[in-house]
Amino acid sequence: MAGAKNHDYHILPPSIWPLMGSVSAFMMAMGAIFWMHADQMGSAGPGLFGLGLAGVLATMFFWWMDVVKEAHSGDHTPVVQLHLRYGMILFIASEVMFFVGWFWAFFDFSIFPSALEPINGLFPSKGVEVLNAFELPLLNTLILLCSGTTVTWAHHSLIHGDREGLKKGLLLTILLGILFSCIQAYEYAHAPFPFGETPYSSAFYMATGFHGFHVLVGTIFLIVCLVRANKGHFTPRQHFGFEAAAWYWHFVDVVWLFLFAAIYVWGGWGAPVHGG
Amino acid sequence: MTTIAADAHAHDHHDADHKPAFFARWFMSTNHKDIGTLYLIFAIIAGVIGGFISGLMRIELAEPGIQYLQTWAQIMDGPDATLDQAYHLWNVLITAHGLIMVFFMVMPAIIGGFGNWFVPIMIGAPDMAFPRMNNISFWLLIPAFMLLLGSTFVPGGLGNGAGTGWTVYAPLSTSGSPGPAVDMAILSLHIAGASSILGAINFITTIFNMRAPGMTLHKMPLFVWSVLVTAFLLLLALPVLAAAITMLLTDRNFGTVFYDGLRGGDPELYQHLFWFFGHPEVYIMILPGFGIVSQIVSTFSRKPVFGYLGMAYAMVAIGVVGFIVWAHHMFTTGMSVNVKMYFTAATMVIAVPTGVKIFSWIATMWGGSLSFKTPMVWALGFIFMFTVGGVTGVVLANGGVDDVLHDTYYVVAHFHYVLSLGAVFALFAGFYYWFPKMTGRMYSELLGQLHFWIFFIGVNVLFFPMHFVGLSGMPRRYPDYPEAFAYWNSIASQGYNILIIGVAIWFVNIFWSLFAGKKAEGNPWGEGATTLEWTLSSPPPYHQFETLPVIEDAHH
Repeated sequence: MAGAKNHDYHILPPSIWPLMGSVSAFMMAMGAIFWMHADQMGSAGPGLFGLGLAGVLATMFFWWMDVVKEAHSGDHTPVVQLHLRYGMILFIASEVMFFVGWFWAFFDFSIFPSALEPINGLFPSKGVEVLNAFELPLLNTLILLCSGTTVTWAHHSLIHGDREGLKKGLLLTILLGILFSCIQAYEYAHAPFPFGETPYSSAFYMATGFHGFHVLVGTIFLIVCLVRANKGHFTPRQHFGFEAAAWYWHFVDVVWLFLFAAIYVWGGWGAPVHGG
Repeated sequence: MTTIAADAHAHDHHDADHKPAFFARWFMSTNHKDIGTLYLIFAIIAGVIGGFISGLMRIELAEPGIQYLQTWAQIMDGPDATLDQAYHLWNVLITAHGLIMVFFMVMPAIIGGFGNWFVPIMIGAPDMAFPRMNNISFWLLIPAFMLLLGSTFVPGGLGNGAGTGWTVYAPLSTSGSPGPAVDMAILSLHIAGASSILGAINFITTIFNMRAPGMTLHKMPLFVWSVLVTAFLLLLALPVLAAAITMLLTDRNFGTVFYDGLRGGDPELYQHLFWFFGHPEVYIMILPGFGIVSQIVSTFSRKPVFGYLGMAYAMVAIGVVGFIVWAHHMFTTGMSVNVKMYFTAATMVIAVPTGVKIFSWIATMWGGSLSFKTPMVWALGFIFMFTVGGVTGVVLANGGVDDVLHDTYYVVAHFHYVLSLGAVFALFAGFYYWFPKMTGRMYSELLGQLHFWIFFIGVNVLFFPMHFVGLSGMPRRYPDYPEAFAYWNSIASQGYNILIIGVAIWFVNIFWSLFAGKKAEGNPWGEGATTLEWTLSSPPPYHQFETLPVIEDAHH
C-alpha cells in the first residue's frame, strides 16, 4: 500500500477476514442460543451453529493462508517476526489465566467443600469413585511428556537442516497427541461418575475437557506444520509457525501436569478408587 | 520529559495518503486511525443508548411509587404485563445500562478509540503491530453488542431481557433466569472479551516493539504508559471472566453445579471469579483516563509532567495491586474478620499511588503557564471529581463501614464519581484535545466551554445527592423507594435533565465543527504540546512516519 515505505514494519492491505470472522461468530453464538433453547426457539440451532462454525474455521484458514503467503513474500522482517513472538507469548499468557479460573473452581470445591447437604464437607462428594491416577492418567502424562521431547527433536532437526528428522519428529508428536486424545476419550466414556451433578465431576470434566480441547487445537496446529514441512516451508533461520506450535504444545503439556498433580493425584486422594 | 526533535516528515508524496475505496476502507480496514474512528463512532452510539436507559431510570425514580415502569413493561412483555414483570424490566434496565457503558462505551472509546488513534503515533510507529487483528477486535464488538441488545427481546427471568445486574451473579443468573436472554448476554461478554484480549495483545506488542529510535520506555508519553498497563490488565483479567461465565453457561444448560448451592456448588465462587476480573476492570476503564489527563495538564500548563517516572510507575503499582483487592466488593458475603482486614488494608494501599498521581497533576500546574481551553477544563473537572470518587472509595474500602453502605446509593454515587465523572470526563477531555488532530477542524471553544459547565453542573446535581440517600440507607437497584428519599431523588433526576442539555451541545459542536470549524494546524496547542502527534499534519497522513522519527534526549 504505502509508497515510500522506509521501515521494516508490515503495512497490510485491507482484508475481508475480520468482518467475515465477526459475522460467523455472531451466527455461531445465535446458533448456540437457539440450540440450547430449542423448546422455545425451534430447531434452527444446530444448522445455524454449524454454519457459523464453518465460517469461523474458513476465516481462520484463509487468514492464516494469507499470513503464510506474506511470510513467503518477505513481509516478515526480523521485527515483524518479533511481533509474532510477542503475540503468541501474550496469547498463551491469557490462556494460562483462563485455566486459572478452572483451577480456582477446583480448589474452592476441594479445600472448602460445602458443609451442608449433600456434600457434608466431603470432597470428592460421597458416592463418587475417582479414576486411578496411576493407571491411564499416568500413562497420558508420560505420553504428553514424551511428545514434548519429540517436538524438541523436530525443532533441533529443523535448525540443523535435517528435514527428515523434522517430519519424523512432527509425525511422532502428532501421533502421541492423537493417542492422548483417544485415551482421554476412552477414560471419559468409562468414567464411574457422570458429567456435572457434583462439584467434583463439574470441575473435573470442565477443566480436563478444556485441556482436551486445547490438545486438539495443538494437534491441528502441529498437523498444519507437518503439511507445511512436507511442502518445503520453514528454514533453519525462519520458522515461527513451527515455533508457535511447539510453544503451544508445551503450554498444553504444562497445564496437563498441573491437572494430573492437582485433580487426579491430590484431588482423588483418600476417595474410593474405581475398580480398585 | 523529552523535547521532540523529530525529523521533518515528507508529507508531500501522495502514496502515503492513498486511501482505499469506501467499503475496503471502512469494512476491511487495516489502518489504526480508521479503526480508531470506527471505535469512537461505535462508542458514541452505545453511549447514547446507555444514556437513554439512564434517562428512563431517572424518570421513574423522580418520584416514589411506580409511574412509568408498568407501561414500559406492557410495551416489552405484552399488554397484560404484571407488576413483577415491571420489576424485572427494571433489572433489565440497570443490567443493560451497566454492561453497555462498561463494555460498549468506555472501553471502546478510551482504549479502542484513543488508544488506536494515538498509541502508534505517540511512539513514532506507522501503525499497530497486527493491523488486521486490530480490525477483528473492532468488528467482534458488533455481534457482541447485537447479542446484548437482542437479549432484551427474548425471555429472561420473569419477563423479557437479562435482569441480572452487570455482575451477573448466580443464582439469579442461573436458576433465577431460565430464558435465553441471559445466555445471549453471556455470549455477548465472551465475544466482547475475545475482542479485548486480541486488542490487549496488539497494544502490548506495539508498545514493546514499535517505539521509534530513541523512544525508550522511560521517554514514552504517559498516555502510552497508561494503555500499556491497561492492556496487561485486560490480558490477565478477562480470561478469568471468560472461565467464570463459561461455568454460568454450563450450569444453566449442561448440568454442572459450579454455582448451585443446593447441589454442593458455591455461588460465592462466582463472585470471587467475577471480581478477580471486575476490580482490574475498573482500572482498565480509568487508567487510560489518567494518561489522557496527564497529556492535557502538561500541554496546557506548558510544563513537562511533574514526577514523570513516579506517574508511570504509580500506574504500574495501581495495576499490580488492583489484582489483589477484589474481595472488597464482597465484604457482606460473610467472610472472616481477618480476610476483611487484609482486603481493607490492601485496598487502602491503592490510595497511595493514586495520591501520587493527583498531587503530581497539581504540581505540574504549579507555576505553569496555564490556559483554560476546553480540554483543560475537562481535565481539571476530572481531577476534582475523580478525587471525590476516590475519597468515597477509601470510605467504602473499610470492611466495617461497608457492612452498612454495601448495595446502597452511596456505592452508586462513588462509582459514578470515578466513572461518569472520572472516565467520562477524561473521554471528553481527550475528545476535545484530539478533535483537531483527528478531523483537521477546530471545535467551537464557546460550545466546548458551555458543554463542560452544563455537564459538570448536571452530573453533580445528579450524583451528589446519591451520597445522602445512600447514607440514609436507600438500596440500589430498586425502582421504588419510601417517601423519605423523595426530595434528593427528584433533585437527582433534574440533574439528568441538565446534563442532557450539555450532551446536546456536544453534538451540535461536533457537527458544526466538522462542517464549519476553522481548519486546524498541525499543532494548535503551542509549545506545551510535545508529543509526536503534534509534529504531524491535522489530520495526519493516511500512513504516517514512513520514515521513522528519531527522538533525541532533551539534555544532550
